[in-house]
Order: sequence, then structure tokens, then C-alpha cells
Amino acid sequence: MKFSIYRYNPETGEKPYMQEYVLRDIDPGMMLLEALMRLKQDDETLSFRRSCREGVCGSDAMNVNGRNMLACITPLASLREPVVIRPLPGRPVIRDLVVDMSDFYRQYRAVKPYLIVNDPEPEVERLQTPEERERLDGLYECILCACCSTACPSFWWNPDRFLGPAALLQAWRFLADSRDQATDERLQALEGPYRMFRCHTIMNCVDVCPKGLNPTRAIGRIKHLMLKRSF
Amino acid sequence: MNIRRRKFDALIIGAGGGGLRAALQLARADAQVAVVSKVFPTRSHTVAAQGGVNAALANVTPDNWHWHMYDTVKGSDWLGDQDAIEYMCRAAPRAVYELEHFGVPFSRLADGHIYQRAFGGQSRNFGGEQATRTCAAADRTGHAILHSLYQQNIRARTHFFDEYFAIDLVCDGEGAVLGAVAMEIETGEPILIEAKTTLLATGGAGQLFRTTTNALINTGDGMAMALRAGIPLQDMEFFQFHPTGIAGKGMLITEGVRGEGGYLINADGERFMERYAPNAKDLASRDVVSRAIAIEVREGRGCGPARDHVLLKLDHLGPDVILKRLPGIRDLAMTFLHIDPIEQPIPVYPTAHYTMGGIPTNRFGQVVVPEMQSPEEAVEGLYAAGECACVSVHGANRLGGNSLLDILVFGRAAANHIIAYLKDHRYHRPLNEESVDRALARLARWDEPGDGERVEDIRAELKKVMETHCGVFREQTVLAEGVEKVKALAERMQDVRLRDTSKTFNTARVEAMELENLIDIALATVQSALARTESRGAHSRIDYPERDDQNWMKHSLYFRDGTLDYKPVRIKPLTVESFPPKVRVY
Ligand SMILES: Cc1cc2nc3c(=O)[nH]c(=O)nc-3n(C[C@H](O)[C@H](O)[C@H](O)COP(=O)(O)OP(=O)(O)OC[C@H]3O[C@@H](n4cnc5c(N)ncnc54)[C@H](O)[C@@H]3O)c2cc1C
Ligand code: SF4
Ligand code: SF4
Ligand code: FES
Repeated sequence: MKFSIYRYNPETGEKPYMQEYVLRDIDPGMMLLEALMRLKQDDETLSFRRSCREGVCGSDAMNVNGRNMLACITPLASLREPVVIRPLPGRPVIRDLVVDMSDFYRQYRAVKPYLIVNDPEPEVERLQTPEERERLDGLYECILCACCSTACPSFWWNPDRFLGPAALLQAWRFLADSRDQATDERLQALEGPYRMFRCHTIMNCVDVCPKGLNPTRAIGRIKHLMLKRSF
Repeated sequence: MNIRRRKFDALIIGAGGGGLRAALQLARADAQVAVVSKVFPTRSHTVAAQGGVNAALANVTPDNWHWHMYDTVKGSDWLGDQDAIEYMCRAAPRAVYELEHFGVPFSRLADGHIYQRAFGGQSRNFGGEQATRTCAAADRTGHAILHSLYQQNIRARTHFFDEYFAIDLVCDGEGAVLGAVAMEIETGEPILIEAKTTLLATGGAGQLFRTTTNALINTGDGMAMALRAGIPLQDMEFFQFHPTGIAGKGMLITEGVRGEGGYLINADGERFMERYAPNAKDLASRDVVSRAIAIEVREGRGCGPARDHVLLKLDHLGPDVILKRLPGIRDLAMTFLHIDPIEQPIPVYPTAHYTMGGIPTNRFGQVVVPEMQSPEEAVEGLYAAGECACVSVHGANRLGGNSLLDILVFGRAAANHIIAYLKDHRYHRPLNEESVDRALARLARWDEPGDGERVEDIRAELKKVMETHCGVFREQTVLAEGVEKVKALAERMQDVRLRDTSKTFNTARVEAMELENLIDIALATVQSALARTESRGAHSRIDYPERDDQNWMKHSLYFRDGTLDYKPVRIKPLTVESFPPKVRVY
């Protein structure tokens, strides 16, 4: 199978280039991550992040044939040849397929992604009905892989001011939590033309999320809640 | 040498559940705490835990911590320390309520309480009916816990060194540990982090084996760092093989599937666990179920064209239960097997899963070593918690759901001890620069270019050797051969060279240092296994099929020079009567 992979190492002084690789003996059912690891066996210099190899740690997001995805749960059989692999778009490249994620993490931290409760803590668990808990499904499962935000045109243009789909999904995750008591504070922090309102509902984020989550819907819900609150 | 230096009250190496629970406790107590992790915190392997965390909340069926304690002692095949086990089981409900307060989105029961499911080895009334003790967030409990802990650490302003690889501990002349040398992966530059206390929370070493449920980063680094600092590793022969890894691939299918009512069948469609464990059946302890599967396959009753696995049936649970309680494993089966478990059973086989052994500690998280007359003297300034440690609450076999509990309870306990220690130790001590130089030399060794042996070849060979020589069933000659083979690999390791000696995000260099660590851990594991001539928990010797309490109810301690020492099991609990050893049947 043929691969064309983005290569860049700042130490060499060379410009980024695409390198061709060929991999033989592909097992049926093999995932892209395994292919990359085999290529690395013969070319140690090829660098990428990976850990869990089952789609739960969010390390190995990359752009494959023009789409962001996790290498470890992408079957080779689903890919057209040559498989063109690039780092996640719009982020500074550290080396090869490794990008600088600091903006992405900063935006995540900016939405106060933690439960805020002002009432005194009970000695046991706080109660939550199964229906209240169900509202968190499709939100809490985010693995911070950045597939969505790095596919979002608004994030490319304003990574410092637009929070991006992943962070906004988490903003909604806490707004939607029946236990959280910081609704007003959270909504206020999202006001203004950029932080949230740069989203133009282009839906790239929904398309690429490997966990099937829907940031666009979450953004819609936040807007709806804002409207409701302002009356 | 002239390298970047930073100083903190407390250094935590590892940002999994153990490290982050400790960090949160310390940050909330206003200690200056630094957390070093070789991956961004939420990518630590705690994220992959599926089934849940044990605590006798009695939300579903009657329960109490004393029954939980009994099950844990029995599960450990009486190698667990009963003081630590009592402490953990008593602390469990509080640990889980705390998680709920931190924001963990636990699944809920109709009355709004935390959802609990049945797991293996759980009983009511000291060996009676099945208990329902495992608190779950669907089948993504580890993800839910790790993310919530990281989130609360953001709130508490914990200082993180993300993507820093810890190389070795540094100390003073008297053996007190005073921090560590690490490498910033992005730049390849070393950094010295000085600290009054250092907590190792580096997780397990599943990468010892070819087929494993563990992430690629689980390479036992902290354990190897401890060995190099002269600390022995305890009970390394006890490695858990989880009964239900996806056959041939290794991804875990949680015990929660059987807890929800799934069961195993062989080629004849027989529910074979009824023969091996008439009462608990599919929810017997993991070591028991793994051996049963291995025997079924060995005796020709395996499934598939190669008759090399058994099937985990759950279609009878119905789509509702599967979609609500087990959505993650359905995703896994569909992704890796193109099987929808709503319709078809999942092929499974025992898979390397959990390192019961590790760095010896007491129940305060202090690392303890034998010294003169005392088997357990604390090493000044050094703590360990989580899968890299051996308290020992899991003894010879860990119960499902007890590891997430272990990391929470002892992460917290270690932090509390550190907080007290910091009160009495206000100043940094001068360190021995030689220990810094040694750590730097270990890094510099990989700067020599050349074309000697390749990391990849040694690593592949090592995993194969461990799988064939130190698997579910063990035997003298096979183990002895295993020892020789690992030693030969350790020799060859000297000749390994990197083709890539660049600095920027050089993952080849990280992998080389991980392999060095794995080799040390492999030696500890096979040598301890060879020496233990009995069968107990996960360590089953074909040549010594019985448990031998007379000679072997003791912990092994393996030192880096290859010597073994032993220390007694702590059979006296804190407040209740001891559970004396019994025949272990499920
Ligand atoms: C697939 C799977 C499912 C599981 N399910 C359950 C379950 O349902 N219930 C249960 O109780 N247990 C379960 N377990 C076991 C449990 O999840 C683990 O034992 C536990 O999460 C380990 O936590 P930890 O904090 O000790 O280590 P980890 O979460 O493994 O974290 C280790 C940390 O150390 C860091 N680190 C390691 N080496 C270095 C180094 N050299 N330099 C810097 N940083 C380093 C890593 O970056 C990481 O942050 C499961 C295990 C697996 C593999
Ligand atoms: S829907 Fe909004 S957040 Fe998603 S990609 Fe489009 S602009 Fe970005
Ligand atoms: S929302 Fe989906 S794509 Fe975006 S970071 Fe989370 S898991 Fe990844
Ligand atoms: S390696 Fe963890 S998500 Fe792919």
C-alpha cells in the first residue's frame, strides 16, 4: 500500500516535504496506526503521537486524505491510495505529524471545564435522575483529540479568540449538568462576537468527530439558553 | 552540569488517576505541586478503564465494607496485606462520593443514586450471594474519572509538565529522594526538578507482553526508576491476564459485560464456567476464569477455524442494556471486529492486563524497603501510588474494580502524608550532583549514533519471550529458559543504537528508554516467577499446582542485581479480625 506522509524536522533546516512510503503484507482489518508503526520500524525518524491504540486517549488525530481522524480506529481498507497523511491543519507543526496543541488546550481551560457547585458538599452523592444524567450523553465522552477544532474554519482564522467546537462542547457539558451552579457566569463568559458567535454552523466539526459527538448542536443549545435567559 | 532547574514542594511523576488524585489533594492544601507526564494528562491509560470502581455503597443490594474486604482478601489468594485492604475498603465509599462531587458523570439509578453493577469475585456476607458493588459511568468509567480529576486540577491550578519524560530519581548522599531528572520531549532538553517529596504514579507494565489491554505507554518506567535507585520490586511474578481481551488483538472487553449478564461459551455452545466455578460461574475471580478459558482451548473446545478462543455471548441482554450500559464495548467490537454484539458473540482470550506487583509501599504511600532488622523502613521523600506501587491490596490477584479504587484511595493517602511531611520539612536539602550526572548519562547514551541493534527487534523479541515463557501457565524449565532469554536480550540492549539522534520530539529516543525499563521489569518478573514454587492467584505453576501457605505466604522482593528477598504478609487488619487462609473456591 502506498503512503505519502508530511515530513518536517526543524533541526535539519529543510522545508517540509511529502515522503512516499510503501508497505507490504497488509493484514485484513489492519488500522492506520499499525501501518504507521510498521513504517516507523524501518524509518525511526517518522514521528507521531499515539498511546491507547483503541480510540479513547485522543493522541493520534491526523489529517488523512483531507479529513481529520484518529489513526488507530481508521481501517486501511477504508482509505484511497496513495494515503496522504498530514498533521492536523492550522496548528504549528513541531515535527512530522506532531502539532502544537497549546491553543487548543488553552481554549479548553478558558471555558472553566469543571463542575462548579456553591452549596455545601453533602456527605453522600448528590442525586441526579437518569433523565438529567442522560443529558450529558454525547457531551462528556469527548477525548480532546482536536479533530473538530482543527477542521473548523472559524478556529483557523481566530484560534486566539474563537473558542472552537471542542471547548464549546465542554462549555455546554457543564451548562447541561443538573448539578452545576454557575450557569450565569458561564453564559456571560461566552458573550461577545468571537468566543462563541464566530461559529457559522458549517458543521465540519460534526462530520469529523471520531466519537460521533455533535458540537454544533451543543453550540445551538447554548445560544438557545442565552436567549431564554435574556427574557 | 548546567541544566534547567525548577523547585517544588512536591513532584508527582504520572498524571493518571493516581497522580491526579494526589495532585488535587496537594494543590487544595496549597502545596506547590508539579505533575510530570510523558503524555498530556487525559491521555494516560486510566482513560481506558471501562467497568467501574468498587465501593460498598449498597445502592442496589445490601453491602458493607467488611464484605468488600473479605472478597478482596480472598481474591488476593491471601497474599494481600489485610491492614491496607481494610483501609481501602473502608475509605471506598468516601472516595467515590468525592468523585461525584468533583463532577464525575456516574450513571444513575431510578432513585437518583449512583448506578452499581455486579463484577467478578463480589459477594455478600463473606462468600454468599453475588454483590453489586461496582460504581459505573456507563462503560467509560476511567474516562469519566480521569477527565474530572484533570478538570478539578485545572481549577486548583496544579502545575503541569506535559510531555516530559522522567528519566531517573535524584537523591542526596543518605538515600533520601529529592526529585527527578526529566526530558522535555518537544525539545529533547533535560530538566532537573527538585522536590522535598517525589511521588511515583507511573502506572503498569502491560507492554511486557505481545497481546495486552494496555496502552503503548505502559512500560513500567517508574518501577524501573525505583529499581535503579536501589529499591526492590515486590511480587512481580503476579501479572493479571484478563479473561476477555478481544482474541488476537488485546483490546479489553470489560468484566462489566458478564456483570450485566453476559457469559462465556465454548465450541460446543456450553456455558463452561459452570464446571469450573459452580456458584460464581462467569463472575469468578479473573485468574480462575482465565485459566478455565486456557484449558478449554488447550483441550480442543476452542472456537473459530483455529479453535483458539472462546465466545462472550451478550446478545440476550437486548439492545437497551447494551446501548445504555455498554456503548463503548459495542463501539470497540464494531470497530475492530465488525461485529455488533447486539447480534453476535465476541471472540475473546486471556490477555495481559494488570501488574499486581510493583514498588513496595505502606498504606500511607511511603516507599518501604528492608533495612537491618526491619522489613519495611520508609525511604525518605519517596512515595508511590497506583498500578506502579504494591501496597499490597491486590496480592496475587486483583479484583475487577479495585484498581480504580486503589489509585484514588492511595493517591489521596500519599498526598495526605506528604502534606504532613512538608509541615516538618520546610527546606530543600542539597542533592548529590552525581545522581544528576548518572541520570543525564542515561539520556546521553542515546546520542551515540551508529547502526547496532534496533530497538524494534529487541522489543518484539522481549514480548514474545514473556508471552511464551511467563504466561497464564508456568513451569520450571520454561521459566528458566525465559530468564536466560531475557538476560540475553539485556546483553544485546548494550549494542542498541538509534538511527535518529535528533532532539525535537524524537519518539524513537523515548521508545529506547522505555525499552530499557521494560527489560529490567521483565527480568524482575521472570526471576520472581521462577523462584516461587507454588500456585497462588495469577501465578499458576503446572509443576506446583497447590498453594503452599507453609512456605510461600510471603511477598517477594526483587533487587536489580538479581537477588531475591522475602517479607511476611501483613495478616493483621487495623480493627477487625484477620481472615485466615482458606481453600479458595468460587
Ligand atoms: C483497558 C483497561 C480497563 C480497565 N478497567 C478497569 C476498571 O474498570 N476498573 C478498575 O478498577 N481498573 C481497571 N483497569 C485498571 C486501571 O485502569 C489501572 O490500573 C489504573 O487506571 C492505573 O492508574 P495509574 O494512575 O496508576 O496509572 P496510569 O493511568 O497508567 O498513568 C500513568 C501515568 O504515568 C505517566 N508516566 C509513565 N511513565 C512516565 C515517565 N517515564 N515520565 C513521565 N511520565 C510517565 C503517564 O504519562 C501517565 O500519566 C483497567 C485497565 C485497562 C488497561
Ligand atoms: S459548526 Fe461552528 S464550530 Fe463546527 S466547524 Fe462549523 S464554525 Fe466550527
Ligand atoms: S468533540 Fe469529538 S472531535 Fe472534538 S475533541 Fe472531542 S472527541 Fe475530538
Ligand atoms: S492511540 Fe489513543 S486515540 Fe488513537
